[in-house]
Amino acid sequence: MKQLRALWFSLLNSARDLTPIIVVIAFFQFAVLQQPIPNLGELLVGIFLVMLGLSLFVYGLEMALFPLGENIAYAFARKGNLWWLLIFSFSLGMGTTVAEPALIAVADEAAKVAAVGGIIEQTEAAKQSYANGLRLTVALSVGFAIVIGVLRIIKGWPIHYLIIIGYIGIIIMTPFAPAWIIGIAYDSGGVTTSTITVPLVTALGVGLASSIKDRNPMIDGFGLIAFASLTPIIFVMIYGILVQ
Amino acid sequence: MNGLIDFFVILLETVRDVLPIVVIIFGFQFLVIRRAIPQIKNVLLGLIYVILGLALFLQGLEQALFPLGKLMASQLTDPSFIYPGIKQVSDFLPHWTDYKWVYLFAAAIGFSTTIAEPSLIAVAIKAEKVSGGTITIWGLRIAVAIGVAIGIALGTFRIVTGTPLHYYIIIGYIIVVIQTFYAPRMIVPLAYDSGGVTTSTVTVPLVAALGLGLAATIPGRSPLIDGFGLIAFASLFPIMTVMGYAQLSQFLYRKKSH
Repeated sequence: MKQLRALWFSLLNSARDLTPIIVVIAFFQFAVLQQPIPNLGELLVGIFLVMLGLSLFVYGLEMALFPLGENIAYAFARKGNLWWLLIFSFSLGMGTTVAEPALIAVADEAAKVAAVGGIIEQTEAAKQSYANGLRLTVALSVGFAIVIGVLRIIKGWPIHYLIIIGYIGIIIMTPFAPAWIIGIAYDSGGVTTSTITVPLVTALGVGLASSIKDRNPMIDGFGLIAFASLTPIIFVMIYGILVQ
Repeated sequence: MNGLIDFFVILLETVRDVLPIVVIIFGFQFLVIRRAIPQIKNVLLGLIYVILGLALFLQGLEQALFPLGKLMASQLTDPSFIYPGIKQVSDFLPHWTDYKWVYLFAAAIGFSTTIAEPSLIAVAIKAEKVSGGTITIWGLRIAVAIGVAIGIALGTFRIVTGTPLHYYIIIGYIIVVIQTFYAPRMIVPLAYDSGGVTTSTVTVPLVAALGLGLAATIPGRSPLIDGFGLIAFASLFPIMTVMGYAQLSQFLYRKKSH
């Protein structure tokens, strides 16, 4: 009974979360484009599914993803073995990124660009190997990012120095990178972190920071995602230079 | 019936996406940590909710919002909508002011999809708890959504004008660095994080359609080169607006306490 009530509230919240999208679509469709909505029935069913899905996701989030991430953080902090923690961080970053659907889509798109631009051969095999190389590069960079981010939490390094170093790295790399890779590189920073990874990694960081003495979860716990969206830009530009 | 089959395909795909994460977490838990997960039943049930929820969410998006959003993006960027009465695409020289509806649509769709972004909801819930309520769920979500709106609108402007992407990004970085030194210390890591969480399930496909539509219809732009870059904008500007949000609330708090 209590669970049903919680789910009902979650459903109401999701309805509120989706209202802006519905308003925007309705305004542009009727006021600007002045066209009727095609397949209204299907649209309504779809919106209901989105609402239901969002509710279930948020509901499960606090039951599963947050506890899982925090648990493993506490366990590693108690165990006190830094190497295992770093190996775990790397596998988590790399493992969750390699299969990320948004990344697969961007990598395929990027392979098409490269083929048209004459960077690689116009064959399926060449495109496939280029896209796979790109995915592996981004996955490696995210693994690396989580390792750096976890080290930062443990050592208590201030985040902005590391981020500024990353920015400087990107700015220095940009003129050397081939023009056709720059847009893809900059975009790849944003597509790496999926809906499942973000809550897990956030809980991991906050859990680590709260279980280590003298660390503030607000100042030290957040920031893992930030590294994961920065390093792919640098790595992908390096990949572009190497392929060239 | 077809919908049901579609749903199963999406469900299987979601399971496949979640599988590596589950294997890594449970693998380390059992092989390295060697300690049972507390309340394992609850966690597994929650995991089922997450997978089922995500699959339903994606099914709904693909069935309803993506086709309509993509259709609208292509209609709004169509030269016959922007220049009523022209016959040939080659007849016009685009001026950036002609695309005012595109900028507005970009901003509106950026804002509204970010509000519905599940990973941002997750981070906002965590941030409110950790900060003890100093940062509110809605404050953070709205700040990030405004950032995405500005970012995507500016990104479409860049595609229309054809200016190089890296100038915008580098200037953005400089602003972020300067702001970092003035913003309250506790917001900085969260602000940096919010750049990466904004663009996942909902925003990316719609924004990509908008970028590709624009780049395909404006003379001199190539969808393959100029179509990229909107996501980069959407991940940069929330960093500024979230720091701005903290600066503003600090300012208001000080004013009130004086």
